Amino acid sequence: MSLGIGRRGTWAELRRYPSALAGVALILLLVALALHTLATVPYGQAVASWRSGEAHLPVNARPVWSDWLSPGRAPRSERLSAETRESEAFPGGRRLTQRIELDYTYDDFPSELALFLRPQHSERAAFLRLGWQTPDGREITLGSRRLVGETRVALSQDRALEQRLGRPAHFGLLAGPDGEALVPGRYTLTLEAVFFDPAAELESELWLYGRVHGLAGTDHQRRDLSLALRWGTPIALAFGLVAAVGTTLSTLVIAAVGVWYRGWVDALIQRLTEVNMILPLLPILVMVGTLYSTSIWLMLGVVVLLGIFSAGIKTYRAMLLPIREAPYIEAARAYGASHLRIVMRYMLPRILPVLIPTFVTLIPTFVFLEASLAVLGLGDPVLPTWGKVLNDAQAQSALYNGYYYWVLAPAALLMLSGLGFAMLGFALDRVFNPRLRNL
Amino acid sequence: MMPRRSWGRDLRYLALYLLKRALALLVTVLIGVYLTIVVANMGGQVDDLRRVQIRSEAFEQVRADPAFQEMASAERNALVERRVALEVERLRLDEPFILRSVDYLQRAMRLDLGRAEQMHSDAGSRQVRAIIVERLPATLLLFGTANLLVFFSAVGSALWLSRRYGSGVDRLVIALAPSSAAPGWFYGIFLILAFAFLVPLLPPGGMVTAPPPDSRLEYAASLARHMLLPVAAMFLSSIFVSIYAWRTFFLIHASEDYVEMARAKGLPSRLIERRYILRPTLSPIITNFLLMLIGLWSGAIILEQVFNWPGLGSLLFQAIGFRDTPVIIGGVVIFAYLLAVTVLLLDLLYALLDPRVRILGEGRSGT
Repeated sequence: MSLGIGRRGTWAELRRYPSALAGVALILLLVALALHTLATVPYGQAVASWRSGEAHLPVNARPVWSDWLSPGRAPRSERLSAETRESEAFPGGRRLTQRIELDYTYDDFPSELALFLRPQHSERAAFLRLGWQTPDGREITLGSRRLVGETRVALSQDRALEQRLGRPAHFGLLAGPDGEALVPGRYTLTLEAVFFDPAAELESELWLYGRVHGLAGTDHQRRDLSLALRWGTPIALAFGLVAAVGTTLSTLVIAAVGVWYRGWVDALIQRLTEVNMILPLLPILVMVGTLYSTSIWLMLGVVVLLGIFSAGIKTYRAMLLPIREAPYIEAARAYGASHLRIVMRYMLPRILPVLIPTFVTLIPTFVFLEASLAVLGLGDPVLPTWGKVLNDAQAQSALYNGYYYWVLAPAALLMLSGLGFAMLGFALDRVFNPRLRNL
Repeated sequence: MMPRRSWGRDLRYLALYLLKRALALLVTVLIGVYLTIVVANMGGQVDDLRRVQIRSEAFEQVRADPAFQEMASAERNALVERRVALEVERLRLDEPFILRSVDYLQRAMRLDLGRAEQMHSDAGSRQVRAIIVERLPATLLLFGTANLLVFFSAVGSALWLSRRYGSGVDRLVIALAPSSAAPGWFYGIFLILAFAFLVPLLPPGGMVTAPPPDSRLEYAASLARHMLLPVAAMFLSSIFVSIYAWRTFFLIHASEDYVEMARAKGLPSRLIERRYILRPTLSPIITNFLLMLIGLWSGAIILEQVFNWPGLGSLLFQAIGFRDTPVIIGGVVIFAYLLAVTVLLLDLLYALLDPRVRILGEGRSGT
């Protein structure tokens, strides 16, 4: 075997393969995305906002770019505060009147309407009446309520209002008299509050939840999918890389040790490999995930552990057997090199180049393994990953409900990382594998 | 030519070699199955979980039963205790785990799969054998179809491509090979999206329509429609890399000196292919084929989940969810036996096909 290709030689060879260049470009892109994510979104923040979702985000909003594809302006999220405020004092309290104006120009109904109220300097319960004025001059009363402390008035979930309008509030309030077509124009929300505290104040905001949000949209728990997609990148790369390094290197070292010491060491390693071949990897991972913990690092550990005595040992052993008898090894023994030195410094480096392509092609396998586990519901409990996004989408029947973006974005990222490493790996295989070089 | 009496000696060595291998494989299966038993029971910790579950279930049953409403609480507690004790005894949780694990092991090795603890077959049987047998046809049908399709079309087109090495089609296959980095279920998601939702031609999952058609022909047609997408997903995810691998394999063998020699002699290419390329490469092809066949056994957990296919993969997944140890062990032990038998078969085949193995056996037993 002639494996003496220098590093520069490898690169020159690789440049001949356009697929290798494309693969390298894809990998660099993913690494850049991963580094950027790590630098801009701290771990704690990512975990916290992924766990709880964010109140100001709409539910199941499409990504903004999907709006550019379809002609039309899908509603964005907006927060509107009162523009006119009037107050009128009376003995023992004050009456506040506020108007929130909404210029509605979008082509579609919003996904939700909610009112945020924050009374200040008011100890006792206040009385609040809400009114809605449409551009065509109709008045709709939104009912009255007691107001104590900070309140979120979920107009879209108001069943009584829905009964009166015939549709949920975010449709009914913005539709024409027939209750069907959307009427663009200026809407006014009037709040009349009676406080029994002379110094009372009221902060009010009307929250319009859009149909589109951000680069990746949101999921059913008001979570920004771009967070999971971005944080999934370093996790996927780390998982793939560590698992590939861990399994290939440990397998190689063990194979070399077996070949060098022969006898019972070799026999033991061979038998362990055979036992390991009988154990099915995925069911064992599922068992560990179900019974112990779904932590991604535990899974990684089990993958590496089961990968140590993988079938690769047999291949490496076949490659190492002739090397063992090579004259340079004999020379090393003659000058008194230790066993460990011979294994690590003389035998391993000889077959390392053959290993590199295998190693690169293995990375996507592990990236997809992580996704597979997550799709089975055994994703890491805290970390947002691509697989967990897919799992959520699957659980919420995203395809059936038409939330294609929810499946497509994580799938595209998985596919890109798979393609990147596989294209590079296949090209490397042709460069490093002397038997393939002329083919 | 060997002398005549060496045939008997060969046969003796072969038998000895096979016996040794069979023993080694048996020990391997033994260790593998025992490890699975330990993992599936969390080294005995599952017992504690199960005891808690038994207690809460027994309590719930007694509480919900109107017949026991009037009972005094002490009496009722005693009843719960009695029921718990009965159930614990039924599941033999009162014995130490080490003892039971050995018992599990020896029963598993005798293929006495026993009764499931939580699950039952759709027909209502609690026998692990019945549960597995019920799921087996679904898995074999789906994965058998897909894998045989992939195997034969890959080997066939690889042979064809190795003759047209460097052509446009060849380059296309090489360029498409990295697409196999994604597993079948991944393509499955897209196929479901495309052919079940965007263009609703095919069902998104399941095995037959509900209710299942009565006539045999309609049943088969419905089955075929449901199989189309999962088979396509598996085919897509592995066909290009298989063609690539086999093509490279054949090309390497086609550049051996004796093949060049045959070509130089002017032998027809069909003959070269059959006698000079396929025959020496027969053992790796058979190995691959047999390993693929046992690969069918475990099914693919995720593909079956994605397509809602009632096969062994999803059975194993459910069993793990229920912590139903007998079912898990049943699945693994059959897999282990199948693998061991296949490896033994391969050893025998190699010994017959490849004279070097015979010589190796001779050398070993000679020293």
